[in-house]
Amino acid sequence: MLKKEVVVSSRMSPLARRKSTIGVIVAVGVAIAAAVGCGSSSGSPASKEKGHETIGFLYVGPHNDYGYNQAAYAGSLAVKRAFPAAKILEAENVPETAEAERVMEKMIRDGATILFPTSFGHLGPAMNVARRHPDVRFLHMGGLKTAANLGTYFGTIYDTQYAVGQAAGMATKSNKLGYVVAFPIAQTLLNVNAFERGAQSVNPRAKTYVVFTGSWCDPGKQAEASNALIDQKIDVLEQHQDCTKTVIQTAERRGIFTTGYHVDASSLAPHGWLTGSEWDWGPLMVKMVKIVEDGRFRGSPYSGIYRTGVPSGVIKLAPFGAAATPAIRKQVTATYDKLKAGWIPFKGPIRDQSGKVRVAVGVTPNRHQLESTDYFVQGVVGKIPGGG
Amino acid sequence: MLLEDVLAGTVRSGISVLYAAEGELISERSGVINLGMEGCMLTGALAAFATASATGSLLLGVLAAAGGGALLALVHAVVVITCRANQLASGLAVSFLGLGLTSWLGAPYVSQSISPLNRVNIPVLSAVPFAGPVLFQHDVLTYMGLALGPLIWLFLYRTRAGLILRATGEDGAVAFAYGHSPTLVRYLAVVFGGMLAALGGAQLVLAYTLNWVENITVGRGFVAVALVIFAGWEPLRATVGAFVFGGSLALQLRLQARGVDVSPFLLNMAPYVLTLAILVIASRGRARRPPGEIRAVFGTSGPGSTRSAVDA
Repeated sequence: MLKKEVVVSSRMSPLARRKSTIGVIVAVGVAIAAAVGCGSSSGSPASKEKGHETIGFLYVGPHNDYGYNQAAYAGSLAVKRAFPAAKILEAENVPETAEAERVMEKMIRDGATILFPTSFGHLGPAMNVARRHPDVRFLHMGGLKTAANLGTYFGTIYDTQYAVGQAAGMATKSNKLGYVVAFPIAQTLLNVNAFERGAQSVNPRAKTYVVFTGSWCDPGKQAEASNALIDQKIDVLEQHQDCTKTVIQTAERRGIFTTGYHVDASSLAPHGWLTGSEWDWGPLMVKMVKIVEDGRFRGSPYSGIYRTGVPSGVIKLAPFGAAATPAIRKQVTATYDKLKAGWIPFKGPIRDQSGKVRVAVGVTPNRHQLESTDYFVQGVVGKIPGGG
Repeated sequence: MLLEDVLAGTVRSGISVLYAAEGELISERSGVINLGMEGCMLTGALAAFATASATGSLLLGVLAAAGGGALLALVHAVVVITCRANQLASGLAVSFLGLGLTSWLGAPYVSQSISPLNRVNIPVLSAVPFAGPVLFQHDVLTYMGLALGPLIWLFLYRTRAGLILRATGEDGAVAFAYGHSPTLVRYLAVVFGGMLAALGGAQLVLAYTLNWVENITVGRGFVAVALVIFAGWEPLRATVGAFVFGGSLALQLRLQARGVDVSPFLLNMAPYVLTLAILVIASRGRARRPPGEIRAVFGTSGPGSTRSAVDA
């Protein structure tokens, strides 16, 4: 896998990029300009002054993928707005290998004192770099390990997936919902379970059909996985992939409903979009930078394993689309309000596919228990390898 | 019902691989292995998507793809035919060049949208039960791809140009002795092969995924190269191979969607394992020899010993 370390200049907003109808030649020019800009800035001394930090962001994919990385990139824009004097360094398509260490080392040489490695697999490399640079603060997204100068945070996005499942359960006519999933891991299983439970809460006959693609981003396979589900008469399609466009556009093209994940992609499905879950990392990232600036990182919640969700605004419900009826809007908004108050939509009894009780009557599992989910709930059609 | 869905899915998932496989076949039949098909597909995919999104014209997109794939294949041709570098090394380099270049140049296009290449139902035939949805409700590039195997078979075995191509692939010295330039034949074959692979990439993005991301082909170009070898360098067998690959992909996803009690990890392996198994079984009993010049690349008994003197 080739990796490119393109430092995106803050001048190029995604909107400007989208609007431009530049050809390949202009793209080369822009990329070279960005690269040159990067080159000339290296070697400038790190400023210790407040608000003048150099802050580095690493993304595992492109910053405009209508998915996970775009959400993280939006966070960096918020940091940039909140600290106009800060210097923001960014690197896209950073693989989860020793390459990530090299990118972080380079950013530190360029003066970075705060680093945001935003992919789960950036954690290992970040731990190594953190050991070598005790004065640099690392704020990692989505992990379970920490160090003295490294904390990790994530959002409980399965909460809104419950509300999204309600929208799907109310919209479906065939009572069949589809879910295109990358790999069977706790995070994805939890989202599918929340989605199906939400759907069941409003439509007891709703079933969720799951297909695993075995890849975080293989659009060719996503397209056929979507077709396979739609051929089977599912009429609402949800997904857990890194790049989300193909599934949404395939659903729209075939005239069924779609719900989103990671970011608001309603513009891709003007007819079928219901709603979706999205990240709003900006305010949290700004808060974390402030804490580091004030020298209060150690002992703050952000130096440990930090989880947050709907109440803090990190997890949001995407805007409703044209397909969302007034009844759907009312129901989903009511649930969203409960989630804002801290409600966890996993109160027992919860049975897995085989009928075995996984959460006893009246019990609500804690966040840690939820994050080790290894089963599908009843009503999900699909097979977890080695699981029930 | 399931069968009809699977077969329609087979055509959709197999067609881009089919283009690349037939392209590779033409190239290898002239005596040049091109492991750069992955790069050519990616180049075609990006060129098609970027042009279509910038100009709004799908036709220009397809033309740009053909041009881009031809250009990248030309790099391989110059390196291995004129400069006589190792074919395997050059092909891999071309693949990674294609991957790197398209990742870099393609970054601004990740969030762009195009108006896709739409289905064109063939009158009358598309209404035929079963055969209609499977064969006659696709986009133009798919129809072209479906015709590709038979057309290349006719070209290879029923035309004089095809005979010259095969002769060049078997032994460049013989073709040379009969007054044909192996250099010219190989240049044409490699460039045309790259062009076909690029059209496969174009079909993938314009009619199927409807978007561009880095490394969007995820190895389909390498699958195509393997298909040619296991298809014994026969265009109709390569067609079958591409559809076995597409078919097992379409089938395994549908089995998953029906909640079949088999590990999705195993099901996701199925396209590769099944394709390999079927082609190996299909070619059993008949010793399928690669074209002579291809054997020379691997240093086994080829006609290469006399070649350097004549086709420089």
